Amino acid sequence: MGLVVALAAGCSGDPPSMLDARAGEARRIAGVWWLMFALATIVYVVVAAFIVVAVVRGRRETAGQKAGPERPSERGDGPKDDTFIWFGGIVAPVIILGVLAVVTVNTTGVLRKQQQGELRIQVVGKRWWWDVRYPEDRVTTAAEIHIPVGRPVDIELTSDNVIHSFWVPQLAGKLDTIPGQVNHLRLRATEAGAFRGECAEYCGIQHAHMSLVVIAEPPVDFDRWMIRRRGGAGLAPTSELAARGQVVFTREACAGCHTIRGTQATGTVGPDLSDFGSRRWIGSVTVANTAANLARWIADPESIKPGNLMPPTSLSSDDRDAIAAYLEGLK
Amino acid sequence: MAIVETPAVSENELGELWEDAPGLPGFFSTVDHKRIGMRYIYTCFFFFFLAGLMALVMRAQLAQPDAKVVGPQLFNELFTMHGVTMIFLFNTPVLAGFGNYLIPLQIGTRDMAFPRLNAFSYWVFLLGGIFMYSSFLFGMPDGGWFGSSPLVGKTFSPGLNIDFWGLGIVFTGLSTTVGSMNFIVTIFKLRAPGMSLNRMPIFVWSMLVFSFMAIFAVPAVTLATGLNELDRLFGTSFFVPALGGSALLYQHLFWFWGHPEVYILFVPATGMISQIVPAFSGRPLSGYLWVAGSLVTVGFISFGVWVHHMFATGMPAVAMAFFSGVSLIITLPSGVQFFAWIATMWKGRVRLTTPMLFAIGFLLIFLLGGITGVMVAVLPFDWQVTDSYFVVAHLHYVLNGAVVFPIFGAIYYWMPKMTGRMLNEKLGKLSFWVMFVGFNITFFPMHILGFLGMPRRIYTYDNGLGWAGLNAMVSIGSAIFGLGTAITLFNWIWSRRRGVAAGDDPWDADSLEWSTTSPPPHYNFAAIPLVASRHPLWDQRPLPFAESGDEPETSGLGIEGAIERETPVTSGIDTRPEGNLQIPHETYLPFVVALGLSVLFVGLLVQAVAVGAAGVALAVVAAWWWAWRTEEDLAPPDVEADAPVRDDVPAGAPAGAGPEPGDGAG
Repeated sequence: MGLVVALAAGCSGDPPSMLDARAGEARRIAGVWWLMFALATIVYVVVAAFIVVAVVRGRRETAGQKAGPERPSERGDGPKDDTFIWFGGIVAPVIILGVLAVVTVNTTGVLRKQQQGELRIQVVGKRWWWDVRYPEDRVTTAAEIHIPVGRPVDIELTSDNVIHSFWVPQLAGKLDTIPGQVNHLRLRATEAGAFRGECAEYCGIQHAHMSLVVIAEPPVDFDRWMIRRRGGAGLAPTSELAARGQVVFTREACAGCHTIRGTQATGTVGPDLSDFGSRRWIGSVTVANTAANLARWIADPESIKPGNLMPPTSLSSDDRDAIAAYLEGLK
Repeated sequence: MAIVETPAVSENELGELWEDAPGLPGFFSTVDHKRIGMRYIYTCFFFFFLAGLMALVMRAQLAQPDAKVVGPQLFNELFTMHGVTMIFLFNTPVLAGFGNYLIPLQIGTRDMAFPRLNAFSYWVFLLGGIFMYSSFLFGMPDGGWFGSSPLVGKTFSPGLNIDFWGLGIVFTGLSTTVGSMNFIVTIFKLRAPGMSLNRMPIFVWSMLVFSFMAIFAVPAVTLATGLNELDRLFGTSFFVPALGGSALLYQHLFWFWGHPEVYILFVPATGMISQIVPAFSGRPLSGYLWVAGSLVTVGFISFGVWVHHMFATGMPAVAMAFFSGVSLIITLPSGVQFFAWIATMWKGRVRLTTPMLFAIGFLLIFLLGGITGVMVAVLPFDWQVTDSYFVVAHLHYVLNGAVVFPIFGAIYYWMPKMTGRMLNEKLGKLSFWVMFVGFNITFFPMHILGFLGMPRRIYTYDNGLGWAGLNAMVSIGSAIFGLGTAITLFNWIWSRRRGVAAGDDPWDADSLEWSTTSPPPHYNFAAIPLVASRHPLWDQRPLPFAESGDEPETSGLGIEGAIERETPVTSGIDTRPEGNLQIPHETYLPFVVALGLSVLFVGLLVQAVAVGAAGVALAVVAAWWWAWRTEEDLAPPDVEADAPVRDDVPAGAPAGAGPEPGDGAG
């Protein structure tokens, strides 16, 4: 199976494979997998060989002999029935399961252990996007989570609606976001990169488009990003069109659901858009963040992500372009 | 209790005493366990193919990235109904159907202990299925087959969709519960003299374990979905976090049924394998006591593993480690069974008939499903793969491969008994190979998709994720698998008319059902067989039948019992004759009670008090009549006095004395 995984990974696209681990947590689990894979291969081959031999052996002896049941049907030759059961059904499994039990307890103990100097990040599963907050820095973003490489991160997961599950296979196992409960997912990225994740718990009509990206950056880059966000840089409109966009955004329904720091837009129903221009994706990693996609999204979100909770807008195309210019300028 | 080898009896006249009224009246009023069993099997396979078609539509949608075959809403309804159908309307009831048909025959009695209750459980199942599928007109359930609170609460799913699901589960659960009680009483009280517990066929053991598990597990799912319906219909807040309810409580309740349920399905499937493998190895099952003990052990342990469905909910590690350990341990009884089958084949002479091919296919598939089952019990690994396609692969290896394959094997194995005609072996083998190849092309790549990060239950995926190739392969495989099942469907239809006549015991098998004609007469056994071995048809040749004694305890054993519409009751452990059970005549009452209950559930669904009250009234009146009229129903038939007993026609032997081949279907 490992070979097939490697082939599939190499051939088409760049899947977010749990075996292509980029954090200590995922790497440990991948290690558990390769151990189990080796054991499983041995077990499957040996037991399947027993099945095949048992069938063929019986078939061979049929030749020349009268078919049909023997009565009272106990043959003396070969190993006793109980020998099969004792060794195949009890002894061998107990040894293998014992190994796995030790591995389970050891690995579980190491993962999710609190560490020194953790960066706290609060992630709330929404329908169908991710609200991301850095409480110490009072920075809010959505669906794209920046973390520094090498520093342990404590992702506090919760929900104010249905249950979702936070899963970035290359970094760690998944953990649910459950209303009324905070779960802690701890991980430390060991390499820089953008790692794709998905909501793994079925959560309604757009479960399929509730993706996320964790962007692991060298600490210097991460600090630069954080300082820029924390200071509220890039919030001012960059052109006349964008300035008009800001006016329209605040005047129209947009501001009722979305927040843009430093403006009168303080809605909390939809994602915070304060750093929208610097994001790579629209709609919780549904389509690339381009001007054309944004215009489509504003006009009719339904055409991109059917069933999502943002209502279509009745803005003129001029207003739409102005808003797009404004949002794309928020970097 | 004298022993004669060929009790003298007139088959035709006996048959008339037991026969149902012809046509529709008989259809709605029958209490014959064989007609009811066949009905279960037919109804279940209707649902099976329906669920299969839904799966094919889903695979068409997922065959390529960003496809537009179905939209997200319909896709979510499809995977919900696919799961609901396979679990609640196929796997569970079809096993009950086989149990219904086979258990009285295998233990040597003339019907189930509660024949009317038996009819009732079928009608509830059928009406429950119709109830759930009537949602097709309004919007089908879309919360996933196991639901997830608060997603299935009123706030996030305001439509009727979820109510069809929740009420439907409560309703069909009733069928499973009463059916299980019936099995337990039948198995403990109606076994033929001599069939002590350690001589019961393994399939009977498996249905006994099935029944006990169902009785203890089903209340949990009734609570989970029932309390959720209270939340939805009457504004309680058991599972509403905003009002102080607990979302996780729902999961605990649901999976407290949900994991035993996996074994509720798996145990009878292995019971079937334990009948098929020895029959075609030409020797008794190795380690009978090991296997029977394994089934019972699985029954107990399976109640201690439910949290492994919840490893990603953030429970304390110590608690999860316990369930992780138990989930590893539950492998052991299955391993014991596995090597019992291997030893049986090893020391026997294997005949590669179609049922045996399905059994061997089951072994190879279940081996992998069992191994991945061990993997997902390993806590940290489960964090990666749970709710991914790896789990979709695993659950289909165990629930499709390790349950549906044995059921197909059972169809080929027992159909000759049920209809009197063999299924075509060439088509059967072709069907097996197409299914086996299609199955592995469909489900094996799903393991890898899980590794590559593909979550469960997504209606589409992006081209850039590298999942396209494997998904195309999966979809092609699913079409092949579907074709394989269609070959068996065709084979069944073809063989019902043109199959070779089966004879009583076409496979040289060992258990009592093969001692009757194919199909069996309405009363199963004119005289009850006397069992002195675990393998009566191999070790007791010719099979001895009992003769009625003068004592009330033994008066029903011989043909006189069949004339009186009685079947003997024996003691639970050592099967000493204790008396007789009157088999009730055909009656509409079970159907009417079930109908009344379904009206009640419709009333709950549409929140119409009058409709609900009418349903309750109908059910209560009919149930009252059922109980009150019992005495009258049990009066011996008038014909008793002049029922002639002819000496010249030996039982069982003459072809054509029983019902014609092809006559056995409900």
